[in-house]
Amino acid sequence: MCLAIPVQVKEVLPDNMAKVTLDGVSKIVSTALIDDVRPGDYLLLHVGYALAKIDPEEAERTLALIREAAAMGDAA
Amino acid sequence: MKYIDEYRDGRLAKDIARQIAALADPARSYHFMEFCGGHTHAISRYGLEDLLPANVRMIHGPGCPVCVLPIGRIDAAIALAMRPEITLCTYGDLMRVPGSNGSSLLKAKAAGADIRMVYSTLDALRIAEAELEREAVFFAIGFETTTPPTALALKAAIAKGLGNFSIFCNHVLTPAAIQNILESPDVRKLGTIKIDGFVGPAHVSTVIGTEPYEFFAGEFQKPVVVAGFEPLDVIQAILMLVRQVNDGRHEVENQYIRAVTALGNEKAQAEVANFFELRESFEWRGLGEVPYGALRLRPQYVAYDAETRFSMVTPAAKDNPACECGAILRGVKKPADCKLFGTVCTPDTPMGSCMVSSEGACAAHWTYGRFREKARQVDVGRAVA
Ligand code: SF4
Repeated sequence: MCLAIPVQVKEVLPDNMAKVTLDGVSKIVSTALIDDVRPGDYLLLHVGYALAKIDPEEAERTLALIREAAAMGDAA
Repeated sequence: MKYIDEYRDGRLAKDIARQIAALADPARSYHFMEFCGGHTHAISRYGLEDLLPANVRMIHGPGCPVCVLPIGRIDAAIALAMRPEITLCTYGDLMRVPGSNGSSLLKAKAAGADIRMVYSTLDALRIAEAELEREAVFFAIGFETTTPPTALALKAAIAKGLGNFSIFCNHVLTPAAIQNILESPDVRKLGTIKIDGFVGPAHVSTVIGTEPYEFFAGEFQKPVVVAGFEPLDVIQAILMLVRQVNDGRHEVENQYIRAVTALGNEKAQAEVANFFELRESFEWRGLGEVPYGALRLRPQYVAYDAETRFSMVTPAAKDNPACECGAILRGVKKPADCKLFGTVCTPDTPMGSCMVSSEGACAAHWTYGRFREKARQVDVGRAVA
């Protein structure tokens, strides 16, 4: 029920709407809750509305921390 | 898929699990509650519990809005939908939730009620606009994630002057429920749950941020790690919780930094605050009356409040007495402890709400638990070989 999925913005439309794709399927969604939406951005989509932007740098940082923890476990 | 697949690497998950096993003190046990149904689903689906050492256990909390909706609210929605002038718009999750005496929205629809499944509040608005001679009521349910879309629908309805659109509001709040789990007299009486920390909701937190959890971390001295819903997110959060417990810390940490900030989505919060206010008390299935645990429309929008507009009554309704959902939602019992599990109660014939939503503990255990048992045997076999 509270799940949101990452989608990529293909086109910014008028009235706070955007065309996004998810695994090649496109959809028109509301971006009224997000500022500065640009094509190429990744958004978390929930019941037709984007709730947050996904920050690519923070995503990389999380993966780096996961790999680090995994490497320590691997050695354990 | 980007931002999904890279967080599902099973080999990395196993390595992190080994790190958890290395850090977990064998002299003590660690009990963490994942509040959110999305985490319950991920834990069951990816068999994460089997990767964890025996002294690190997950307790499935009440965090599925479908599961905590009391039966009386379903009955009230069904009664409303049976009225000839009403079109009830609902998210699909609610269709099969059992009401009293085996009723459900699905059965009411079959019996002729005008009930439409919508994917978004935008669809509900479209229905109201297209059928001005009918009354479109949106059955609003969900945590902080799902409330902003309801607020925006109301805003749009007002802007468009749509007089035939209203909301049956059942929006509930996460922090209130966590607090209730920690301090309600019932739970204290049951006395069987030991919680050493919480895995905090992912998508709810994109809206409210991590700040609301600071209160428990301080007041109840429980660590909270806000985590994403992919398996690597969850297992990393468990590692972060083990570290906090070992260090005697009780802080709010954010594993889901790619989408969650301390303050959350302030634009969404402002939209919600414009239209909604706290209810002094609201019944949660399994938790009883939760003080300040839900929202209602502000008095100036009473014309859009279906409860007032259609004089709806919420009948006091009892759950099937054999259903253990209440104890399961509090983390006191497990699905397999319920006599009805897997016999009378399955996802095709749900008796309780925990079996309806795929995020409910019973449905998650039914769908994946049985395979997990097998997978564990195979895994143990491999580890020995
Ligand atoms: S198995 Fe069914 S009846 Fe038993 S607790 Fe779960 S939902 Fe309720």
